[in-house]
Amino acid sequence: MSNTVDTKKKGGFLAGTANYLDERVGVAGILKEFGRKIFPDHWSFMLGEVALYSFLVLLLSGTFLTFFFDPSMAEVHYDGVFGPLKGAPMSVAYQSTLDISFEVRGGLLMRQVHHWSALLFVAAAGLHMLRVFFTGAFRKPREINWVVGFMLFVLGMAGGFTGYSLPDDLLSGNGLRIIDGMIKGLPVIGSYTSSLLFGGEFPGDEIIQRLYSLHIMIVPALILVFLVIHLFMVVIHKHTHYSGGGKKDTNVVGYPLMPVYVAKAGGFFFIVFGVIMLSGTLFTINPVWNYGGYDPSPVSAGTQPDWYIGFLDGALRLTPSHLEFVLGGNTWSFNILLPMLAGVGLLGVVAVYPFIEAWVTGDKREHHVLDRPRNAPTRTAIGAAGVTFYAVLWAGASTDLIATNFKMSLNHVLTSMQILLLAGPVIAYWATKRLCLSLQRKDREIVLHGHESGRIIRLPHGEYVEVHDAADEYQIWKLTDFKEYSPTLARPNAKGVITIRARIRAAMSKWFFEDRVSPVGSTELEAAKHHKELH
Amino acid sequence: MAKNQKDLAVVESAPEHDYLAGLAVIAPDKISDPGIEPHRVRMTDKSVKHEKAAARQVAVLFLVSIIGSAFAIWAYYAFPFEAEVAGSLRVNTIFLGLGITLGLLGIGIGAVHWAKTLMPDAEVAEDRHLTRGSEEVRAAAVEIIRLADEESGFSRRKLIRRTLYGALALFPIPAIVLFSDLGPNPKDSLRHTMWGKGKLRLTRDPDGTAIKAADVQIGSVFHVIPEGLVDLEAPDLLNEKAKAAVLLVRLDPSEITQKQRDWGYDGIVAYSKICTHVGCPVALYEQHTHHLLCPCHQSTFDLANDCAVIFGPASRPLPQLKIEVDAEGYLVAPGDFEEPVGPSFWERKA
Repeated sequence: MSNTVDTKKKGGFLAGTANYLDERVGVAGILKEFGRKIFPDHWSFMLGEVALYSFLVLLLSGTFLTFFFDPSMAEVHYDGVFGPLKGAPMSVAYQSTLDISFEVRGGLLMRQVHHWSALLFVAAAGLHMLRVFFTGAFRKPREINWVVGFMLFVLGMAGGFTGYSLPDDLLSGNGLRIIDGMIKGLPVIGSYTSSLLFGGEFPGDEIIQRLYSLHIMIVPALILVFLVIHLFMVVIHKHTHYSGGGKKDTNVVGYPLMPVYVAKAGGFFFIVFGVIMLSGTLFTINPVWNYGGYDPSPVSAGTQPDWYIGFLDGALRLTPSHLEFVLGGNTWSFNILLPMLAGVGLLGVVAVYPFIEAWVTGDKREHHVLDRPRNAPTRTAIGAAGVTFYAVLWAGASTDLIATNFKMSLNHVLTSMQILLLAGPVIAYWATKRLCLSLQRKDREIVLHGHESGRIIRLPHGEYVEVHDAADEYQIWKLTDFKEYSPTLARPNAKGVITIRARIRAAMSKWFFEDRVSPVGSTELEAAKHHKELH
Repeated sequence: MAKNQKDLAVVESAPEHDYLAGLAVIAPDKISDPGIEPHRVRMTDKSVKHEKAAARQVAVLFLVSIIGSAFAIWAYYAFPFEAEVAGSLRVNTIFLGLGITLGLLGIGIGAVHWAKTLMPDAEVAEDRHLTRGSEEVRAAAVEIIRLADEESGFSRRKLIRRTLYGALALFPIPAIVLFSDLGPNPKDSLRHTMWGKGKLRLTRDPDGTAIKAADVQIGSVFHVIPEGLVDLEAPDLLNEKAKAAVLLVRLDPSEITQKQRDWGYDGIVAYSKICTHVGCPVALYEQHTHHLLCPCHQSTFDLANDCAVIFGPASRPLPQLKIEVDAEGYLVAPGDFEEPVGPSFWERKA
């Protein structure tokens, strides 16, 4: 009996709260709409989640750090507990970073958690972008959300760089020096922009405070805004799913938000947070006390930026000598402009790619079933070329370390990288495309003839054959359910003119779709089955 | 859609839910969809023993979380920082961190384990609808816009519309102008360094002691700042240092160029330490090759040949600072560099 009373009491409280909330915020309607929303399941869908959760960890750990950090560049002589730096001149910003590390319990932990989650945020966002790219998840209706996600990636780098500079240590100061040098190299506005940014001459006594405003207000606010738009669009579009039985462009197959996804995604937040916490606990990152405060004269060899800035630093290094010239009395620093163009150009192509592909295919349908990368060979090859270009630029930021660790000539390492930067993407493109087409043929083989079983049998008339196990219907569906495109010709429009636009589109469609492997059709499958029965 | 048809004048493949399929090949004999794959029965679905074990595991994981969080709170107080005790920082960080980690991972792994073993795992399908609104909704939206236009007279009243555009275009400009005071006009600050004061002794970085010509042996390197720099206050100290830092080396006078001999003293030459690429300090000297290497982007300068660029992204030689010796035998610079030091900028040659 007492049990019944208990349940009633409990239910009464819950029901009461629910009623209270519904009458004030309409929570019943919200729950009815979203509570059983279906989310598809796949490990690759968790990359974006990792980025999202890292950002939440960044907000939490960053807020803690703001309570102790002082971004002033006023000069002080260190009087904290860290012996080796006692009495050294440094900025208040650097001193407060040391104090957070050495005098605030959990301060070092939070600094490291913050730094690790920043590295993870950009990495996860980058991998998430690659997943979206290689599966064609950017196709209609998600082109705009791709651009929003791209903005988040760029903002992640901006947040990372502004934060990296705040401790005002030797390493980050040299990073700022490089940024200053790059800004000064801009045509017309260079020296003015540098002066506006630094409040006069480099390094001045303003830059840390300014970066701090950007780092804790503007950048996170923008990230939040874009994040909300990004997730809002995910709700509008509903998540994509991979090809499989019953999965169509007109439905979404997966598990309901409540309770499965609340548990899985909610639990995953704690796992991501826990892994970041473990990294912050066990692995030292950015030990600023080893570098000393910023001083424009010393520099240490073998230093590197945080990983996501590496591609820009590598671009600077891989630029050949003597690209600067004077024209019309002005200095054109192409040794700085060229690497900037390479970095910005690469990002620019990434931002607009969905619109290019949409124009070439002319496919205006909504796409909710993801492509397997092999089924879009040209896109996958373009992606591989882009990844290779980025990877060589990124590795270029370590030319000195590669040379010293592997006992090679620095000059040879650099020259090889320059060659690789140009040849690598071409090789990657070609190899990837061939690989995709081969994999598609392999898929056809499996659909038509099944899997090799390894069993050899001798037929009555003496012939030896290997027995093939037929693929099941779900696998056959998975391997044949993809969209095939064919190239178009440049045709005259209504006025009988072949426009340049039409010519370009025809050429692009030829480039994209000339080499292709068609999915197996049912007629072909029947014929193959029939052929098998004859044996 | 219309644009495409105009350009290509070709009826592309048949539409699917009202949209053009473009270059997509519509296969008439596509293999038929077998439907959602049947749900695989898990051990926890068919065995009460396994179900109970899974429930226990989840509870244990949550318990681990409780213990971890409690441990973190205890560790925070139990391992204070003690300035004299080496490693107290590490102990506090590790135990606090491990406690919090357990607190987080226990919840996370427990919740995911719960979902994967005990919650239903049969896939469910939900219909999608086209992102675009239905015809009625779109018509209603168009009607709202039309009404708003009619009621406001936005299209009709050209004067209002155009003046509004003008006002909207102009109103953010003051906000941009407001930022002008972020920094001064650089004027010619990039062209001058502290050496321009004239007759400044070359002093050691960072202590500021003067250097006698006799102190500089062949092959030795001095990191040099101008006399009086150490007495400057922030931010001038770093601002001046960022331009005036110099590298001083003595070479065999027979190995260097005429200009280097003229601007140096008995084989002692002084060069700006600020890289002409993007401004890192060119701090690595390789004695037997006479090469200077910038550690940031590996620009390499040949010290025996007017610091010409022999490798890397820099384009210009490092500027040389003219030096001489005063009556007491100390090295002095009679004046400033003859060209701007550091990275290039637009007006550099003007």
